Amino acid sequence: MPVLVYTENAGGKFKKSIFEVVSYARAIADAQNTSLTAISIGDVSADELATLGKYGADKVLNVSNAKLKSFINQAYASVVAEAAKSEDADIVVLSNSFSGRGLAPRIGVKLDAGVADGAVSLPELSGGKFSIKKTAFSGKAFATVELTSAKKVIALTPNSYKVVDKGTSAKVEDFTVDVKESDFKAMVKEIVQSTDKVSLPDAEIVVSGGRGLKGPENWGMVEELANLLGGATACSKPVSDAGWRPHSEHVGQTGIAVSPNLYIAIGISGAIQHLAGISRSKVIVVINKDPEAPFFKVADYGIVGDAFEVVPKLIEAVKAYKATA
Amino acid sequence: MKILVCISNVPDTTTKITFTDNNTQFNTNGVQFILNPYDEIALARAIELTEGNGSVTVINVGEANTEPTIRKALAIGATDAVRINALPHDAWFVAKQIAEYAKQGGFDLILTGRESIDYNGAKVAGMVGELLDIPSVSVIKKLDVSGDSATVEREIEGGKEILTIPFPFIAGTAEGVAEPKIPNMRGIMSARTKPLQVIEPVAVTNNVEVTAYETPAPRGQVKLVKADETASLVDLLHTEAKVI
Ligand SMILES: Cc1cc2nc3c(=O)[nH]c(=O)nc-3n(C[C@H](O)[C@H](O)[C@H](O)COP(=O)(O)OP(=O)(O)OC[C@H]3O[C@@H](n4cnc5c(N)ncnc54)[C@H](O)[C@@H]3O)c2cc1C
Repeated sequence: MPVLVYTENAGGKFKKSIFEVVSYARAIADAQNTSLTAISIGDVSADELATLGKYGADKVLNVSNAKLKSFINQAYASVVAEAAKSEDADIVVLSNSFSGRGLAPRIGVKLDAGVADGAVSLPELSGGKFSIKKTAFSGKAFATVELTSAKKVIALTPNSYKVVDKGTSAKVEDFTVDVKESDFKAMVKEIVQSTDKVSLPDAEIVVSGGRGLKGPENWGMVEELANLLGGATACSKPVSDAGWRPHSEHVGQTGIAVSPNLYIAIGISGAIQHLAGISRSKVIVVINKDPEAPFFKVADYGIVGDAFEVVPKLIEAVKAYKATA
Repeated sequence: MKILVCISNVPDTTTKITFTDNNTQFNTNGVQFILNPYDEIALARAIELTEGNGSVTVINVGEANTEPTIRKALAIGATDAVRINALPHDAWFVAKQIAEYAKQGGFDLILTGRESIDYNGAKVAGMVGELLDIPSVSVIKKLDVSGDSATVEREIEGGKEILTIPFPFIAGTAEGVAEPKIPNMRGIMSARTKPLQVIEPVAVTNNVEVTAYETPAPRGQVKLVKADETASLVDLLHTEAKVI
């Protein structure tokens, strides 16, 4: 029974995290000795759909329906569940993105499936058991959950699985579903995209500022450094509470959990609630004038110094590096 | 307007997380439990929306030891409370209990926090929505009501979406929706006498079991770079850490 992977798009394009999800689903299909079907909903070009084959999808179901132009989780969940039924799939994989998190529980109920959210590893299969590691306690720990139901839904955390280019190809088929009218009660009125910015949950590099930056007027250097590195900007909770930065940038236990390759913390103390959301960063750099700041205890690299002197110099050093690279 | 707010009882945010019984049980020893921070936001908005016109019922799936958290919600301003008397096994178990209760309640709006800070599943809102066949929307940063529908702002990767949704629906709230409210003396006094109904759970087949926990591997020692040697930091990030 094939594995089904839901591949969300942003403006008709797949993001890197979707190629991670497809690669991950491919590995599950291989372990189960079965095929992988991808489903895409919305306006995605045939060329773009075909790229899913590269990462291991055998077949791509394309759902293009004017009513499904914007994301309504109730309707999308119906479509994905119908596809799972028609493909006879017993495992559905998706991204643990904002929309994935809106979909997974609804699909779980529709399929009578256990849901593993926030997955960070491939399933362990031993003695008929199916177990997955997921983040828990807001990144302060991991829990291994066993899915005991016949059908399973897995939502993969971005940056938790590498993209594997298999160089294979997929056949693309149209897939039609009659979605019931009552699935469209919620209506999207407007989408406000900040297109020039890297999205925080997917970012491979995050440059983050705390209360040590003193005020919103000093964020120019944080943005400049993030732009230079192709990363996203973030902040600590008091910074967004004070309105210096939007809440969508707040990382930590009560904010967004990030898992970038590089996290640069500037003027952030490293309180336990902040560390909770960033502990899955591969490399942590801390810039803080207080050598006793708790953040240095979890950092890989640190500079003890005043951010207002260090960051401009770091920007110059990155520019110099880029000029020679 | 009748609002149901789902609240969970979670370890305080300062808790250092440890495990017992060969890493199979969360160690509650010495842990202070609190009202889930996101649920406080949901509760605060519910109280604002019903001021002088409506009611806010809080519901918690938990054993008797969660009552201090429920009383806190009543002290903040909830009208009444329901406790489903069971250990909250997982999101599916909790969602089934809440949906079962909500079926009879005639609520216009059901609110949850965007996730609980212990298991971070963000699943209860969607599951309850599906069980009741009503819309669910999460993570919301704004919630305004007019007549028999609401306008919400939903967070998406790299932006936001504005939706209109007719009642009844369920939403998961985050910062921006409201400022958490602190109980005052009058609230604390009246919370003692507000109704707290205890209901026995319905039977549920579990499909997810936690079998083990672990804490992240400790990191190595920090490598300090002098403040005027930023070029060598860039070099280390390139050659040693290989992240740029
Ligand atoms: C329920 C609850 C949930 C919470 N959730 C979160 C969360 O999700 N995320 C989060 O971040 N916090 C959270 N917190 C808050 C957390 O406890 C800390 O208060 C917060 O992380 C501190 O932010 P900060 O480090 O930016 O500010 P501060 O604690 O003020 O620290 C600022 C740091 O900057 C340094 N500094 C000052 N000036 C300079 C300079 N010129 N150059 C270099 N360094 C300088 C200082 O030495 C200090 O270390 C939560 C708290 C509660 C109670």
